[in-house]
Amino acid sequence: MKNEEKVISVKNLVKKFADFTANDNLTFDVYKGEIFGFLGANGAGKTTAIRILCGLSSPTSGELNVAGFDVYKQTEKIKQNIGYMSQKFSLYEDLTVYENIKFYAGIYGLSNAQIKFKANELINKLGLQEVQNKLINSLPLGWKQKLAFSIAIIHNPKIVFLDEPTGGVDPITRRQFWELIYQAAESGITVFVTTHYMDEAEYCDRISIMVDGKIEALDTPDNLIKKYKANNMDEVFLKLARKN
Amino acid sequence: MRTIIFILEKEFKQIFRNKIMIPIIFVVPFVQLLILVHAATFEIKNIDLLVVDNDFSSTSRQIISKFKGSPFFNLVESEFSVKKAEESLYNDKADVVLVIPSGFEKKLIKENKSDLQLLVNAINGVVAGLSNYYASAIIMSVNKDLIVEMYGVSKNSSSFKQINIEYSHWYNPQLNYKTYMVPGILVLLVTIIGLYLSGMNLVREKEVGTIEQINVTPIKKYQFIIGKLVPFWIIAMFELAFGLVLGKLLFDIPIIGNLFLVFGVAAIYLLVILGIGLFISTITENQLQAMFFAFFFTLIFILMSGLFTSVESMPKWGQFINKINPIAYFIKVMRMILLKGSGFKDIIPEISALLFYAFSILGLAIWRYRKTT
Repeated sequence: MKNEEKVISVKNLVKKFADFTANDNLTFDVYKGEIFGFLGANGAGKTTAIRILCGLSSPTSGELNVAGFDVYKQTEKIKQNIGYMSQKFSLYEDLTVYENIKFYAGIYGLSNAQIKFKANELINKLGLQEVQNKLINSLPLGWKQKLAFSIAIIHNPKIVFLDEPTGGVDPITRRQFWELIYQAAESGITVFVTTHYMDEAEYCDRISIMVDGKIEALDTPDNLIKKYKANNMDEVFLKLARKN
Repeated sequence: MRTIIFILEKEFKQIFRNKIMIPIIFVVPFVQLLILVHAATFEIKNIDLLVVDNDFSSTSRQIISKFKGSPFFNLVESEFSVKKAEESLYNDKADVVLVIPSGFEKKLIKENKSDLQLLVNAINGVVAGLSNYYASAIIMSVNKDLIVEMYGVSKNSSSFKQINIEYSHWYNPQLNYKTYMVPGILVLLVTIIGLYLSGMNLVREKEVGTIEQINVTPIKKYQFIIGKLVPFWIIAMFELAFGLVLGKLLFDIPIIGNLFLVFGVAAIYLLVILGIGLFISTITENQLQAMFFAFFFTLIFILMSGLFTSVESMPKWGQFINKINPIAYFIKVMRMILLKGSGFKDIIPEISALLFYAFSILGLAIWRYRKTT
């Protein structure tokens, strides 16, 4: 990633819930077009950080800039420029595939012609022609996740935030999911993804590893493996987690 | 505007895909009108009467036969001991006990006056009051007959002086209880449908998690609230029309005033109710909590509203609470327009109050709905 344009810049982010510090002084930058992995055990503070960057939760302190806008004052401008896919599946189960696409595309202000074009493109790409008029709740989880991702980037955002997008999905579908992520990155969308699958970490351009609310390491997967004299990311992660 | 249309399209699809919606829309009005209008009656019939006649005189028999002939009383038993009669009262076998002591007639003839005893089960004060009133009326009429007999004057003769009150019942000449209840029940209907449906809807998105996906979009807060409000507003207006048709067909309620005025006020009133529902949605985390709030609100405001009891006889503070009770305003207006034929000018104070609350509560709901926590 030779692109030096910062799309996310975070300095000294702190988020406290009463006396519990979920994010303890996080500082990092994310560059345009890269796939940035956010790793950590459950409860390390990944979801808290991602929700703050998306404007769903407000930070306690720190300087944050997302897609060129200030997180404190310009949350609504940020929202026009980002996509988000949460841990919880959050398309409407009682709407059909096509209706979900149409609704979100409409909310993001796409024109009717664009909606039609995008919906067809998306349905063909994911091979959902047969089920496009079926309710979402009748689809298998893997299909739903791919659809949710495609809908999260339907408005061509600058950044897409994915919070454990492949949880509970079979390996083949995970592989297909990552192909979608690569395609998105190639088209210039910056991908910010949290995961706790270490094999997925190796697909990322750079990764940060969070332990107990702090960033313990941040580099490319290759550099981290060299630095910690490990064979793979699994070992890097265990070494970092064991330190504490 | 385009955003709102997209939200509306989605909401309508979801509402009518919910299998329980059609029964709610069509069955609830039927059930409420049929059951509540008949059950919530102030008229009292079939009061169970127990007589203890220790006198066995012609006068005592005359009194008892008058009670027998009354549509309000049901002579269930005769007893000789007051103690036994008290037991029946205690066991709920009788509502009223009439005790005619021995020597009643004798004393009446000798001293020109005599005493009867009436024991009334007063657990329900309204029933007790009415039983008392009906029984006294019957005894009074016996009394009148006795006077006629003893002094030999004809009932209609001018020498028999008494003040006669002529009643003229306005706006509900037959004193038909249903005429009075139906407009109120209609208010109850649109209130419950509107409040519960809107209150449950937004909080459901919180529960399922879809609200997060909405909150990361650049959707405006007011757009989302309007998108949630309009579908239920339309459904509730339809309910009112449906309920009015049922009321006309089943109970032949009078519709004296202007129907456009009825729907005009309903339009404003529903903004208040849906606003309350949406506000409840924004302050709760799941449907259970929302249900509890909605239940609490409806219970208090309905009982205070004057649907079943008269607001004028409530204590001053109770009447004051009704100043912020939208249900009370709408019930009053409905009765005024439908039964009295009141026009726009007569209900300006109520309309202004409802408008004020509509803006306040909707403002509050939009303000309280947070896209960022």
